[in-house]
Amino acid sequence: MQQAAALGTLRRRLPTNVGDAVFAAAVRASGAFVLILLGAIIMSLFIGGLPAFRRFGVGFITSTDWDPVKQIFGAAVSIYGTLITSVLALVLAVPLAFGIAFYLTELAPTWLRRPVGTAVELLAAIPSIIYGMWGFFVIVPVMGQIIEPWVIDAIGDIPVIGNLFQGPPFGTGIATAAIILAIMVIPFIAATMRDVFDTVPPVYKESAYGLGCTTWEVMRSIVLPYTRVSVIGSIMLGLGRALGETMAVTFVIGNTDRISTSLFGPSNTIASIVALEFPESPAGSLKLSSLLALGFILFVISFIVLAISRLLLRPRLGA
Amino acid sequence: MSAMTGDATGQTSSFGGLTKPGEAALHQPRISIHDLDFYYGSNQALKAITLDLPDRQVTALIGPSGCGKSTLLRVLNRMYDLYPGQRATGEVLMDQQNIIGPDVDVNELRSRIGMVFQKPTPFPVSIAENIAFGVRLHERLSRAALNERVEWSLTRAALWNEVKDRLNTPALGLSGGQQQRLCIARTIAVRPEVILLDEPTSALDPISTLHIEELMDDLKHDFTIVLVTHNMQQAARCADQVAFLYLGELIEVASAAQMFTAPRERRTQDYITGRFG
Amino acid sequence: MLGRRRKRRNIVMEALCIAATIIGLLLLASILTTLLWLGVGGLSATVFTSVTKPPGSHGGLLNAIIGTLVQTAIGTVIGTPIGMMVGTYLAEYGGSSFISSAIRYVSDVLLSAPSILIGLFIYQLIVQPMGGFSGLAGSLALAVIVIPIVVRTTEDMLRLIPVSLREAAAALGAPKWKVIVLVCYRAARDGIMTGVLLAVARIAGETAPLLFTSLGNLNWSISLTRPMASLPVTIYQYSGSAFADWVQLAWTGALLITAGVLATNIIARLLLRGSR
Repeated sequence: MQQAAALGTLRRRLPTNVGDAVFAAAVRASGAFVLILLGAIIMSLFIGGLPAFRRFGVGFITSTDWDPVKQIFGAAVSIYGTLITSVLALVLAVPLAFGIAFYLTELAPTWLRRPVGTAVELLAAIPSIIYGMWGFFVIVPVMGQIIEPWVIDAIGDIPVIGNLFQGPPFGTGIATAAIILAIMVIPFIAATMRDVFDTVPPVYKESAYGLGCTTWEVMRSIVLPYTRVSVIGSIMLGLGRALGETMAVTFVIGNTDRISTSLFGPSNTIASIVALEFPESPAGSLKLSSLLALGFILFVISFIVLAISRLLLRPRLGA
Repeated sequence: MSAMTGDATGQTSSFGGLTKPGEAALHQPRISIHDLDFYYGSNQALKAITLDLPDRQVTALIGPSGCGKSTLLRVLNRMYDLYPGQRATGEVLMDQQNIIGPDVDVNELRSRIGMVFQKPTPFPVSIAENIAFGVRLHERLSRAALNERVEWSLTRAALWNEVKDRLNTPALGLSGGQQQRLCIARTIAVRPEVILLDEPTSALDPISTLHIEELMDDLKHDFTIVLVTHNMQQAARCADQVAFLYLGELIEVASAAQMFTAPRERRTQDYITGRFG
Repeated sequence: MLGRRRKRRNIVMEALCIAATIIGLLLLASILTTLLWLGVGGLSATVFTSVTKPPGSHGGLLNAIIGTLVQTAIGTVIGTPIGMMVGTYLAEYGGSSFISSAIRYVSDVLLSAPSILIGLFIYQLIVQPMGGFSGLAGSLALAVIVIPIVVRTTEDMLRLIPVSLREAAAALGAPKWKVIVLVCYRAARDGIMTGVLLAVARIAGETAPLLFTSLGNLNWSISLTRPMASLPVTIYQYSGSAFADWVQLAWTGALLITAGVLATNIIARLLLRGSR
């Protein structure tokens, strides 16, 4: 009985291999699709911005003009605004994020770790438009009525540094945008830092504690050096997030077309100017092309920052 | 070195479940292995293995760690196909066909040669679904016939009474010994001809181990069984034929009775008496 | 013997870190309180039953809510299978080859790319050829955001599945694709579900990509070939206006979207915890 079944059935049966071949082809095609998708995004931004690049040349990046009437557009104000708000945001965010990460990994009692960690992650989940609204209705008045006047009075007259804190206290502007961005980015950096701190083998920390080190000394002498590279990577990741943020910044940056030396002055970021000017940019216009060119520049900046952060984070977190 | 010995005599009642004196002979081979070599990359793990596996009897593969017994077992159902860089050359004949040859439908082969692993691996579904999974791969049965098959395989695996009232509960809720019996039921549900057992009891407690050994004794009436074990007492209790491997070579193969009373090779003797391994 | 200076420094640092955490929690509380305080006042049945109307006409947010639900759903339905396929490729087929490293890299880039740029991309790809803004374009922009999130989750979850489970399925005679679809996906189901829910929470709150694709619509429309309203875009338009009732609706809408997003987040986390 068995022998009769034997000879025929062991030969390769078509349906099985068809299933495997189809499935393998489908997953491979999806992989290729993702590669093509990124390529398409880059290309569409570049091609869309090409008319602007051709018209203005390299001067596009250095020109501060933004004149829809004369049809002259420049990226300098937006690039300046993007960089300065993001860098400032990081300056504010990193110490706080570090503090939170330190607290979560070393100081918090075990029963508090999860609730606080979850609260921090919920902060990251809040949509950016909410940050924008809250920033505009809550932070801007505080800045405009309390903080900015005080700072302008206190520091505004000091030579050199005082130049950073000039101008009428609108409440909107670069500083406010940086503060909102910082708040948005803190949970992001804190979560990544916490993950990185958790990769330190307990043995190292235990031997330091055994020698009588305080918690702070263990953090400073063991954890930070061990994770230094990854910590920088997580900061870069936060920077990448801040660079592209649109809605939170648009509400509070105070649209303008010149570079302000004062931190309390208005500005634009690439994301905010694209969002604000798009509705009045007809298809095919030079203005639209300039916006797309700005988008391309933003992409390049974000890409570089992301590439650096990935390079730094990969050994530790296996990104 | 021929593998067909079959010359054990009389007092065999304590070996391999051979209870009747006249039944000491080994059956015709179900699978014949000739000159099997196996490579992990460039490292040769099996050298010129030649061995017959008798039909509906238990063959135990024994030997120290790393001797190749699990490797040999996994050749039989072409597990190595899953991993590039692993390859086998030679002949493994079942029904006059070389099952390690290129023209073989591996999935069909695995429905005829089943495997139970060392660590029980129930799927994350219900008990009945676990059994049905394998059956559905190869047969199209009506709901009633499927239920019947589920009951049959759980009964043969001595698990039916314990789970018959909770067939639709998750299989992961069972104890270790029960999960292993479930894996056995899952394997026999597709009605294979050969069952490969890779140290099936090493992760279980003694009572579960006993259950499974008793099970083996019952299953061999219908299935050819190949058992890898590092426990010689288990081999002595359960096997009809025993093959001793060392460093990738087949040193000796004999009926269980002979292997444990009068092995021919020095190295076999040393291993059995515990001098090494 | 621990010197007084070292001890003091340690206490100062610990206090600063606790202060940082308290600041973070206070900020969260402030945002949530502001939303509740300013948003609850506008909650009424009208919000859910009436579409957006001109100021002073007692309008609601119905079309915006439905628009968000529709675009989020379609974006998820399109993006999730693609993301799962790519994640499956990376975990089961690609291994550590150069191509799969490249795909992983690209997926990370897409994950961190500013969403406004994705909006611009879809604008060029779909809106301009189609000759107008549409709910479809909006959904596609959201799908692009969903894909890399699901890719990462799927790959991570599939890699967690022990080899023994795959071998057990293969040993029964299952071909590779059935091992993946019938066993691996089943085993990773909760984790992948969590990733999908987190993606949903993310795209539901996105504004920028929709500004360039579905634009927003002050009338009722569920046509995918016409501009479609969404909650974030409507909030954006209303909050910047000079009309008190519109601003009130903006806050109410903000409360609704935040409640939805946070609830989805919490459900996702509970799901992940429950499966462990």
